[in-house]
Amino acid sequence: MGGVRTTGDMVMRLQLSKKMRIDEAKRYVADKLGLTLEEICDVVTMSEVREERGFGLGHQEPCTESTMGMEAKFRIAEALDIRINSVERFKEHAGIK
Amino acid sequence: MSEKKYFTRMGDGSIVYMTAEEIWEDMRAGMDDAVDRGKIPPLSEEELQKIFDIVTMPGGVVGVNPIDAVVTTSDSGSDKIPTKCGIPISRDTTAMIHERVLGCDSVDIGNPDYNYKTAKGIAKREAGILKLALDKTTLPLYYGAMPNLGFYTKPDGPVDNWAELLPQGKIKEALAAQEEAVEHSVNDILFVAKQTYEVGADAIELDTSGAAGDADFLAALKACEKITQKYPEMPVIIGMAGEFVLGMHGKLEYDGQRLAGLYPHKQVKLAEKAGASIFGAVVNTNCSETFPWNIARVCTFMKATVEASNIPVHADVGMGVCAIPMCENVPADVVTRADKCLIEICRLDGL
Repeated sequence: MGGVRTTGDMVMRLQLSKKMRIDEAKRYVADKLGLTLEEICDVVTMSEVREERGFGLGHQEPCTESTMGMEAKFRIAEALDIRINSVERFKEHAGIK
Repeated sequence: MSEKKYFTRMGDGSIVYMTAEEIWEDMRAGMDDAVDRGKIPPLSEEELQKIFDIVTMPGGVVGVNPIDAVVTTSDSGSDKIPTKCGIPISRDTTAMIHERVLGCDSVDIGNPDYNYKTAKGIAKREAGILKLALDKTTLPLYYGAMPNLGFYTKPDGPVDNWAELLPQGKIKEALAAQEEAVEHSVNDILFVAKQTYEVGADAIELDTSGAAGDADFLAALKACEKITQKYPEMPVIIGMAGEFVLGMHGKLEYDGQRLAGLYPHKQVKLAEKAGASIFGAVVNTNCSETFPWNIARVCTFMKATVEASNIPVHADVGMGVCAIPMCENVPADVVTRADKCLIEICRLDGL
């Protein structure tokens, strides 16, 4: 799907954590983000959405203030209402949980 | 005027030109072979026509509609750039390259010596690399390696070598050695699972399961069951070694099902029972047959597997499997055609 260029990383998380088949996982992500199936598969739409909502991008320049990596995963976990193991571990280690 | 011939390839990657009649003949033969071996339903005429259209489609690469795109998993993904390409960069960096340059949907961190026996001895260090990568990446990141039961045999491992015992007629000893190796393997996988779970892994992958036969597949199933019981939030990906579980032991069972001789549509049911989140199905490429023969055979097996499954199925589309030719530099023309067939005909969940 293009990973962080679209919502491939998010759809993949639903397959892993909830064992959702591809169509169900895409529908879940689209519903949670308030987007259409076409939009969650589109690189232009999702670049804007990901930058606005801090979901992490595939490019840093010219978006140096955008989130990436762990900080983006915090926001993805909240938006999709899923548990991300590394986020939970980070919270524990940082003493914020 | 001579009959039109279409460009395609043999299973070893070499170029071959075929008439429409020859392509149809090979597709039917490939499908029939899968039906016969797997005892599964054939493809419909419409599905075969679709494969023909994709095989003969003009263009170097073909694709699916963006809305039909599927997600990707990998095996030794983060290690491909340093080990396969000889580019000296660390695995946490290659994970970022997979995310931001290659657009992958997920990737695994794995040791160049890609097996759990090796990984166990350096599990803390492997987990350390994984933790570094997890801090810097957004995509799902998991640890991967093979059960690889053969590594547990003497002189490198603790048990007698069943491949040496069997020709000597020491059947009981050969069976016992495999059973003992299963327990060693499960323990090693569990140890690595614990280390990687504790640093935040998004999953653990048991790759190339069944490579050493039915005992190898049993080790993967048992390990999966134990991991998901002990760490319910740790998803497990089981990827297969081949289309058919070899009966090196022959009598091993999981949940009352004999493992030897199982094809993907039955393997997936056991992976599901063991608690796996994703099943990586394999259908072998026959180097002596054409791409039309191989892809029709692959689609027949894979369609049955997807229909039988209640968990996501990812086809293993690397060199030498799922109609991808057995050659180091795989040609994009055939790879993209195989992917398109698998997504559009088999309704696959990932690649």
